[in-house]
Amino acid sequence: MALQLTINGVDKTVDVSPDTPLLWALRDVLNYKGTKYGCGMGLCGACTVHLDGKATRSCITRVSAAEGKAITTIEGLSADGSHPVQIAWEAMDVPQCGYCQAGQIMSAAALLAHTPHPTDAEIDTAMSGNLCRCGTYTRIRQAIHEAAGAVTTASK
Amino acid sequence: MRIDRRLFLQLSALAGGGLALNLYRAPHAAAQRPDAPPDLTPQSFIHIAPDGIVTIMARASESGQGMRNMLPMLIAEELDVDWKDVRVKQAELDEKKYGTQFSGGSANTPEGWEPMRRVGAAGRQLLIAAAAQTWGVPVAECSTDSGRVLHAASGGPSQPASGGVVPVASARVLHAASGRSAGYGELAAKAAALPPPKLSTVKLKDPKEYRIIGHSQPGVDTHSIVTGKPLFGIDVTLPGMLYASIERCPVFAGRVKSANLDEIKALPGVRQALVIDGGITPAALTPWEPGMEAGVAIVADTWWQAQQARKQLKVDWDLGPAVSQSSQSFAAKAADLLKAPPAKTLRNYDDVDAALKSSAKVVEATYEYPFIAHVTLEPQGATAHWKDGKLEMWSTSTLPGNGRGLVAKTLGIQESDITTHMVRSGGSFGRRLQNDYLAETAWIAKRVDAPVKLLWSREDDVAHDPFRPGGTVGLKGGLDAQGKLTAWRHHFVTYGDQKQSTSGGGIGRDAYPAGFPPSYALYTSAQPLTQRTGALRAPGDNAYCWVAQSFLDELAAAAGRDPLEFQLELLSNKQAPWKSDGEDAVGDHEPTGPSVLIPERYKGVLELVAEKSGWAKRSKEPGRGIGIAAWFCHLGYFAEVAEVSVDANNKVTVHRVWAAGDVGSQIINPAAAESMAQGGIMEGMGHLAQEITFADGRVQQSNFHNHPLMRMRQAPKIEVYWRKTDYAPTGLGEPTLPPILPAVTNAIFAATGKRIRTLPLQKSGFSWA
Repeated sequence: MALQLTINGVDKTVDVSPDTPLLWALRDVLNYKGTKYGCGMGLCGACTVHLDGKATRSCITRVSAAEGKAITTIEGLSADGSHPVQIAWEAMDVPQCGYCQAGQIMSAAALLAHTPHPTDAEIDTAMSGNLCRCGTYTRIRQAIHEAAGAVTTASK
Repeated sequence: MRIDRRLFLQLSALAGGGLALNLYRAPHAAAQRPDAPPDLTPQSFIHIAPDGIVTIMARASESGQGMRNMLPMLIAEELDVDWKDVRVKQAELDEKKYGTQFSGGSANTPEGWEPMRRVGAAGRQLLIAAAAQTWGVPVAECSTDSGRVLHAASGGPSQPASGGVVPVASARVLHAASGRSAGYGELAAKAAALPPPKLSTVKLKDPKEYRIIGHSQPGVDTHSIVTGKPLFGIDVTLPGMLYASIERCPVFAGRVKSANLDEIKALPGVRQALVIDGGITPAALTPWEPGMEAGVAIVADTWWQAQQARKQLKVDWDLGPAVSQSSQSFAAKAADLLKAPPAKTLRNYDDVDAALKSSAKVVEATYEYPFIAHVTLEPQGATAHWKDGKLEMWSTSTLPGNGRGLVAKTLGIQESDITTHMVRSGGSFGRRLQNDYLAETAWIAKRVDAPVKLLWSREDDVAHDPFRPGGTVGLKGGLDAQGKLTAWRHHFVTYGDQKQSTSGGGIGRDAYPAGFPPSYALYTSAQPLTQRTGALRAPGDNAYCWVAQSFLDELAAAAGRDPLEFQLELLSNKQAPWKSDGEDAVGDHEPTGPSVLIPERYKGVLELVAEKSGWAKRSKEPGRGIGIAAWFCHLGYFAEVAEVSVDANNKVTVHRVWAAGDVGSQIINPAAAESMAQGGIMEGMGHLAQEITFADGRVQQSNFHNHPLMRMRQAPKIEVYWRKTDYAPTGLGEPTLPPILPAVTNAIFAATGKRIRTLPLQKSGFSWA
């Protein structure tokens, strides 16, 4: 069944069963490989994209539910890696294996869009749905503060 | 499959934890081996374009340990180029050309430190030789500077060695007196045609001259990662590619009796459905030749369609012998074995039983830890294309040579008919040392007329992991009237048979604290296991450290003494030689340093972490506590201190962690090293709450809700400090991890008075806040 999607500002048609998770339509049909599969249950956040600006787990979102919404993937967060979160991630050299980082960046970008200067507690709340198996949380936190332009040093 | 002696040693070490110490052979020792690879050449690793841009081949697989930075940095330093002019390219599998391409056991640093620098220095020597020939001047008069060759004798003004190309990179050879210089790009073609020098003959830089080593170099793939480029195994895409998913027998080593393949083949998008007979060794004690698990492979146009089709599968399984296995039966058997005389004696000196009898105080405890799974965030999978009797494979294996051998055996073809592309993976932690998923992918690819990508679901990944095996340890410790340790009796109950323990379930004869207590015994017993197990980051050590450092803390408390002071005293009084002090260790002392524990280094990291954490002045308040622990493994020393609070509901928060590490004279990539240490600590914390259990032979966990990882809100502040020593640099993927487990549980004891002797934490009544 043909569905109309708007991905990173571009209209796309995808012919899949409407109950296909958005993740698999993006990855395996439309070839947006930046969004990752980690759990299929919304537990790890590797598949995070934005739907109308809101961080959304694409592995548990039916593709039909994304119709009519603006879908943003890591490939569309900026044209060239110039989003402040991407710049901070690169400056802090956050990734180890890197597999979770697209999802981490999408969650962080959504957080900063409505909370430009998050506290550590706000970061905890917004980012605790994104697992990093390598344990780069210290740097993710620093990079979010860096992106916010205000490094807070308060420890927990 | 051929496993050479070197690989065998590596694998034995990975499997055995404490045995890891004797395998890092010095280059001169390696060169004397009959199976030694040919000398590495700079031409294999270094390609310099006319514009001076240097491409360096990264030989090791990358799964997040930073090997695509670290090894090329060693080459670039001695080649004398600017890091900004270096491009790193992943080598394909070719161990004749590149030497070992294995990534594991924290071995890339000690194994690469010497040869990779020598490859770079040999490249520099060839460029100088090319310039000297061009100019007709002696080699000795030439030098290099950021990738240019310089000539120091008198002569005319600077002249390019060849015209037409404008160098963008600054590296050049100089001849200072004549003022002549030439960019590496101008000299590259000539240099590449020269015979490479023997690596052992080239001169290396004084470390004081380092401009790349010791200076943080951001990950070469970081920009691609943050912009979502398709870098990972799961991202490999080929024209006409199909997707595969496998329903494996829910009980290990079972078989398929029948399945509704025809119904499955009629489902939307499904192209093929195949019964995999499997070929598991029932005892599962040979994980390096992991046969395929039995199951049904479904191949479809998309992975989601293959997954949907799996739900319609009706399989009649022969569940096999493991169906009687359960965590309950394992625990009961372990308790019986613990009461019985031990099956094996690994160490025994100075009559431990007599010493315990005459001790003023005897402390007795049983420690238990569970099976746990690797759960790499990228689940297992690979891509393969079978065409005209040859296989092309995109592999995330960290043991890629072994993977190719296993695939050749599985398909009945020659290794020379297989091309292996090494692709970045989303984490390994020991999982990708086992190549079962490569064999599966290749097996399916041979039966499908298209390229195929196999992907495990998370549920497949949890249930069919080669688990870190659980263990039970009975301990007795003796104290004299002054509170000094007199005796240590250690009975480790593991899994295996009379000949060997299951992979990841062995223990070394010199497992700490062997050699230090005045009287000591280390015994093992084993119960049978029909389940694949394997190395998980810091194999063996990730469990034994927790046991030994918890029991030491327990003994210190029983003696009414400070646990740091108690351990430093122990380390100052080595009582007996290590078994591997003898012949085994000869040849291991250069360049990586002795492969046995050096008390001074162990004490050094303990003292440093105590200083940084303010151990001596730590506050003692109810519900809040600080714990300390240290460990030596994979040639590295780490001591860690954790500060925790425990609330009224026994919810544990780790607030701060201090770590002190000694991995030798040089931290090669400091920012990456710090991140690796922080990651090891986060992973070790994660181990404390993870557990795999079995019932009726089936794994009872399935995903991150019941086999959890640490989350952002649980991440403490982690400070990492280095103690530089004169030993050659060694790796730090593994040794960072073990101490955090006992540091946290010792801190919980300090906070609550409750000793945690059973993991996961939940089984001892605690959980993460």
